[in-house]
Amino acid sequence: MAFWIASSPHNHNQQSTSSLMRLVIFAAIPGIIAQWYFFGWGNLIHIGIAMITAMLCEFIVLSLREKRITEQLFDGSALLTAMLIGICLPAFAPWWITVIGTIFAIAIAKHLYGGLGHNPFNPAMTGYVMLLISFPLQMTTWQPPISLMEIELSFSNTLTTIFTGFTIDGYSVEQLRTSIDGVTMATPLDTLKTSITMGLTVSETTQSSVFGEHFAVGWEWVNLAFLLGGIFLISKKAIAWQTPVSFLLSLFLCSLIGYTIVPDSSASTMFHWFSGATMLGAFFILTDPVTGATSAKGRLIVGLLAGLLVYLIRVFGGYPDGVAFAVLLCNMSAPLIDQYTRPRTYGHSKDLS
Amino acid sequence: MESIINRINQQKFWSFHGGVHPPEQKTLTNQKPIKPLSLPEQLIIPLQQHIGRQGDLLVQVGDHVLKGQPLTKSTNPMAVPVHAPTSGTITAIKHSVIAHPSGLSELCIFLNVDHQDTWVERTPCNDVATLTNQEIVKKIADAGISGMGGAGFPTHIKVDTKPDINFLIINAAECEPYITADDLLMCEHSESIVDGIKILNKLLNPAFILIGIEDNKPKAIEALKKATAGIEKIHVCVVPTEYPAGGEKQLIQILTGKEIKSGTLPIKEGIIMQNVATCYAISEAILHDTPLIQRVVTVTGQALEKPQNVWALLGTPVHYLLSQCGFDNQGMEKTPVIMGGPMMGFSLPTDTVPVIKTTNCILAPSYKEMPSAFEGNSAEVECIRCGQCADVCPTNLLPQELQWSAKAKDYPQLNKLNLSDCIDCGACAYVCPSHIPLVQYYRIAKAEIRQQQQQELKAEKAKARFEARKQRLEKEKRARELKHKKAAEARKAAMNKATPEATEAKSAVAAALARVKAKKAANQKSPSSSAISAPVETTENQDNKKAQVAAAIARAKAKKQAKPAPEIDAKENAKVEPSNTDSKKAKIAAAVAKAKAKKSQEKAPIQGQEQNQEQTDSLSLADKKANAIAKAKAKALAKKQASSNNDSSTASDLTIASTAESEPAIDEKDAKKAAVIAKAKAKALAKKNKESNTDNKVSEKNTVNVEPRKVQNTSETSTINDTNNISDKDAKKAAIIAKAKAKALAKKKLATQSVSEEKTMHEQEKGAK
Ligand code: SF4
Ligand code: SF4
Repeated sequence: MAFWIASSPHNHNQQSTSSLMRLVIFAAIPGIIAQWYFFGWGNLIHIGIAMITAMLCEFIVLSLREKRITEQLFDGSALLTAMLIGICLPAFAPWWITVIGTIFAIAIAKHLYGGLGHNPFNPAMTGYVMLLISFPLQMTTWQPPISLMEIELSFSNTLTTIFTGFTIDGYSVEQLRTSIDGVTMATPLDTLKTSITMGLTVSETTQSSVFGEHFAVGWEWVNLAFLLGGIFLISKKAIAWQTPVSFLLSLFLCSLIGYTIVPDSSASTMFHWFSGATMLGAFFILTDPVTGATSAKGRLIVGLLAGLLVYLIRVFGGYPDGVAFAVLLCNMSAPLIDQYTRPRTYGHSKDLS
Repeated sequence: MESIINRINQQKFWSFHGGVHPPEQKTLTNQKPIKPLSLPEQLIIPLQQHIGRQGDLLVQVGDHVLKGQPLTKSTNPMAVPVHAPTSGTITAIKHSVIAHPSGLSELCIFLNVDHQDTWVERTPCNDVATLTNQEIVKKIADAGISGMGGAGFPTHIKVDTKPDINFLIINAAECEPYITADDLLMCEHSESIVDGIKILNKLLNPAFILIGIEDNKPKAIEALKKATAGIEKIHVCVVPTEYPAGGEKQLIQILTGKEIKSGTLPIKEGIIMQNVATCYAISEAILHDTPLIQRVVTVTGQALEKPQNVWALLGTPVHYLLSQCGFDNQGMEKTPVIMGGPMMGFSLPTDTVPVIKTTNCILAPSYKEMPSAFEGNSAEVECIRCGQCADVCPTNLLPQELQWSAKAKDYPQLNKLNLSDCIDCGACAYVCPSHIPLVQYYRIAKAEIRQQQQQELKAEKAKARFEARKQRLEKEKRARELKHKKAAEARKAAMNKATPEATEAKSAVAAALARVKAKKAANQKSPSSSAISAPVETTENQDNKKAQVAAAIARAKAKKQAKPAPEIDAKENAKVEPSNTDSKKAKIAAAVAKAKAKKSQEKAPIQGQEQNQEQTDSLSLADKKANAIAKAKAKALAKKQASSNNDSSTASDLTIASTAESEPAIDEKDAKKAAVIAKAKAKALAKKNKESNTDNKVSEKNTVNVEPRKVQNTSETSTINDTNNISDKDAKKAAIIAKAKAKALAKKKLATQSVSEEKTMHEQEKGAK
């Protein structure tokens, strides 16, 4: 009788990398729905474009690298990257922005560094930052929440805008972004930044319609949805709790300190939590295991660092949102943090004689 | 310690880092009693079933053995014997695949079962109190008991340690999924187990006895609590179920909160751990004189129709167990059969592998149940650094970093990451979403590191060997040089005094010298001053000269008297008879000369003899002394050598040296003696060299210096001796000549002419020469 020879353990908890990735993608769905609800089809279309590009790109690169295509193509990591890029991009950004960003993320940020598991930087954020630096105009064509828009935005209108720059009826992106009262609208973070530099106080600024009743129209709900997804992931143990918790805590503390010192030019703690890409970054980007720290202590440190960086960039930096940059900076420091946060092995205590 | 007990009494425990909860699957077998199996046709009994050494064979092919009869005996403390599990005939003793992860072959005894199951004679013991601890330990050793849970450490060694034991921990955790062997043993034989624990208590006298058991075994907990009810020392500690709670260090941490320092044994902390099955085996061995010949094995897995715990005789082949439990390989081409649990067991290469002392489970899973056991490593993808492995590692290692370093063969880094502390529990690989066979990488790396260390050790040994060789060669070279030196000296010594030829040469030289001198003396016969002007060089020659001088004086006087005689004759021949007076005078002179000559003749030999005697006396005395010293030295040397006879090279050196010494076969006594002395010296030198290799040069010089001196001394004295002899002879000769001359002179004075007289004297002298 021939026996199968295998090494112990013979059992496995049946988890796999691809199922982990799928879980993360599923957890992002509430956020995407909220995004769709408040901002229309734009990001969904971008996600679609990004995913197709990512799969093609991954296939080509994997075959070039002579890897086992079937397993790695569907491990979900490329799809996750594509999804994150799609979520982050401005809704009216032209299609080629997505394509370039995704190709950059997959081919260069991931595979050039050795593929999944070896990339030092989060591919999605690398692609995003590349786009932000290379195409500042396209990357700031933010769309106001549908409720504030003058022109009604259907799926087909959005589609043609993304591919041609104009709606079916011939409105340009600029016209689309103009609010009912004739002002070109930006994201709440953007608005805050520009008005504070113009000398307005925060309370004056938040009179603007993009801030809505709470912190930021639409954004607050999108962030809340991502938070829910994140909590789900933590409960499933798909991501480590340390990074998001310490990140949010750090951001909270920073904004609290800022708010107590200069309340006039500082946004509230909750504004920082629920606007921009805070929750997405906390639960879906910073938690990327490949580029994060591996030990619990290391993760806490990375989270703290990221929170601080996001706050500093938002308040003092040239860009309205700093999550992408903060993530990349943390990615850089993760190996070093890992180096200094190695856990003490059993039996290696100093006080053991 | 009290606080620990307080916590335990409150059923509060510590926890260890990490841990996993794989599906337990214990219900497959834990509801059914342990089934006694019918006897198989053949048993395969590996000689070594545990860590340590195998015993020496006591049986031969063809022997008929009885149940419980020892098949091997242990000559080494780390060896435990194996026994015949049933009666039968030994058909073969050969290598066969044994239960080992790498499918190793070991020497096995093949026993054909005769189905009589006849026991050897046993002597049960009813009262343990009558036995001394030594007797108990010996019985445990003779019963072949080794740890039945883990690696199989010989039990008698573990129970024979005598420091203060704080805790005796009985490991009943059985944390591996599927396995229920200990569980059922506790349910069915709790009394025997407690008997075994009592025996251990008597041996070790620990402060507390803790039984660590996971809370998924309610029946066993019940049974144990009942069995230990009256004993205050024993605490049954029910710990939460978590893999690997049954690991030695983990269980210690759970129960006592103590960490065992890496690389040390729990005994250092005053803790000893024994498995429940071992306790049972101990009680069987002591109370019923039953050696370890069977054990409970969980035969389980969904590929079996009737998974069950069985009493399996050691040596039962796995296929027999599987067939007894209805194995069905579901039409699969290859099925895994695992010895041990799903987490730490190893898959078997063939089904003829026998059950051994450490076998607690045979697992035959179905594909549905354990797909990863069928897939091997095919599902492996890249590590995504998720850190889940690090979260579950009970040793708090970083499995992902270990994995990278293992793949990169970066052994220093692996050491830094404490790979050696990995207990191969498999928790990391169990959770790894990338399906990386982490444990396998570690095993390979560990094996390679071990190999490397062994090679390093070998290299070190080789280096040491090389150094020793270099030293030896150096020593040999030195000895050779010494030998050559000595040989040269011996030759010199022999030249100086020893061989007959040498003596001849010597004497010839001396004779020639004497002749030359005599000639000189004769030639310098200027009548008046010859005697005075004769050069006085050596004492040896002086006698000779004296004699010559005396002779010359005599001659001269005789001449003088002879010359005037004819004239007087011619002048007053008639008046007086002057010839009478003349002749009288001549006679007197001759007599004087004779006497003188005699005197000198006598003197010379006496002097020579005296000198001779003196010297020979002193010589022989010195020789004797030297001889005695040499002998004493040789004796001391022999003694020393006998007492510390480890350096063979020195010994060989010595023999070489001594043979070399004896090589110049010298007939002469003195030379021999000198050689003996030299030999003794050389031996002493070699000894010294060996013993204190500190100042070779000095000692060497010393001996070398001393020796030549001796040799020279002896040779000198002998030369003196010789020359003495020679001078003695010369003196005699000279005296004889002088006498003859004087006589002749006296005779001829009367009768012959003075001229002719002179002539004859000349001739006579010539003849004498
Ligand atoms: S096998 Fe080694 S590295 Fe993996 S969890 Fe167990 S102890 Fe840790
Ligand atoms: S569990 Fe596997 S994939 Fe995750 S870090 Fe460990 S080795 Fe890498």
